[in-house]
Amino acid sequence: MSTDAPLMKEPDAHSNPPVDGSELIRLDHVTKRFGSNTVLDRLDFSVDSGKHVTLIGPSGSGKTTILRLLMTLTKPDEGTITVDGQQLFPAPEKQVREVRKKIGMVFQQFNLFPNMTALRNITEAPVTVLGMSRDEADERARDLLDLVGLADKADARPSQLSGGQQQRVAIARALAMRPQVLLLDEVTSALDPELVAGVLDVLRDIAHSTDITMLCVTHEMNFARDISDQVLMFDSGRVIESGPPEKIFGEPEHDRTREFLGAVL
Amino acid sequence: MKWDWDAVSGFMPHFWDGLLVTLQALALGSVISFLLGLVWALLMRTPTRWVRWPVGVITEFVRNTPLLVQLFFLFYVLPEWGVTLSALTTGVIGIGLHYSTYTMQVYRAGIEAVPAGQWEAATALNLPVARTWRVVILPQAIRRVVPALGNYVIAMLKDTPMLMVITVLEMLGQARLYSQEHFQFTEPLTVIGVAFIVISYLASLLLRALERRLVH
Repeated sequence: MSTDAPLMKEPDAHSNPPVDGSELIRLDHVTKRFGSNTVLDRLDFSVDSGKHVTLIGPSGSGKTTILRLLMTLTKPDEGTITVDGQQLFPAPEKQVREVRKKIGMVFQQFNLFPNMTALRNITEAPVTVLGMSRDEADERARDLLDLVGLADKADARPSQLSGGQQQRVAIARALAMRPQVLLLDEVTSALDPELVAGVLDVLRDIAHSTDITMLCVTHEMNFARDISDQVLMFDSGRVIESGPPEKIFGEPEHDRTREFLGAVL
Repeated sequence: MKWDWDAVSGFMPHFWDGLLVTLQALALGSVISFLLGLVWALLMRTPTRWVRWPVGVITEFVRNTPLLVQLFFLFYVLPEWGVTLSALTTGVIGIGLHYSTYTMQVYRAGIEAVPAGQWEAATALNLPVARTWRVVILPQAIRRVVPALGNYVIAMLKDTPMLMVITVLEMLGQARLYSQEHFQFTEPLTVIGVAFIVISYLASLLLRALERRLVH
């Protein structure tokens, strides 16, 4: 099996010039199995710095696994993962910690620390990991809370916030680490429908006003269309089609893509 | 048999002495069992088999042998090895050690009940493992297990009379001493029985208040 099957290697790099052209994330030949189930099958793909890439596809097609691999929450069975020129897998723990600093993640279930206030959720890592002073971290956290529209909730506990508010705190928490890459794992799937828009608006803002690289797994196709430079369609652990949102949503080539979009749109 | 209030008032000075010893044993025993149980629970989570295995064997052994035997052992065998401790110290260590093998299981359950997402969020934020334990996992785990730990405090209270056998004059020891000197058993034993109920009840009130405070 050839390692660079053209379909899986950012085939639209030409029609979609990267922001600064440099490759930030690279997966080579990555395979991940859970028992006898192959979730990712010799996957190759790369993301350029500053790009917003959306992963779509049916459940169980391996999209979330890619984010979890990049966040080092799980390990691949085969293959290599490189972020900003540094290998993330395989790599010694010290290097993994270095690479991890470049990446932030927002989870489907928010995963805020329930024993801390919103502010403390945001400042904990900048203070203990980046060595920022508590005052500076507090000030930046308040700015971030303002950015996500929750300036008045600094002292609230997660249990006092709605799901949408919790998710916006979680976004602020991830951004507080100044990551180069933001991983968004179905961040609105656990929300009541009326809370989805608020969270997506915040993310649209971030996507349009910063040069952060985004990797986004979502079922919100309108959102994907709005923010993406590139959309990857997954099926059974492989990228079966990729391209700019106009192409994927407008004139998909692959039958599976048409079928999937027909079901979700 | 008739009730003799003079015997009650005669016993009371001894009772207060005994009560003080019982409460000391209970408080110190609880502290030891809480701290040591947490240490066991954390050691059982280390990735090294060479730590988990001996800790597992030791704690199984302590949990599955009678406290009474352990107290005798600590009190009569340790001095032969040159370790001489006061009776109360021996008793506190014995009871704390014994109950630590129970509290460790309580902690384990509490730790396992913290959702995996909390670990994942900590990893995503690059928090060091020790920091994750201290500010994320343990605060949540311990909050969950306070009621269960409290039940062991009350169980421990009811085991403090065993310290009598190693000459600690806690409440039962005082009652027995008084009874044998005055041939009056009913009054001293009734007094300490009531005292046990009162302490248990107060402890459970305290626990409920603590639980309410911890709910968030």
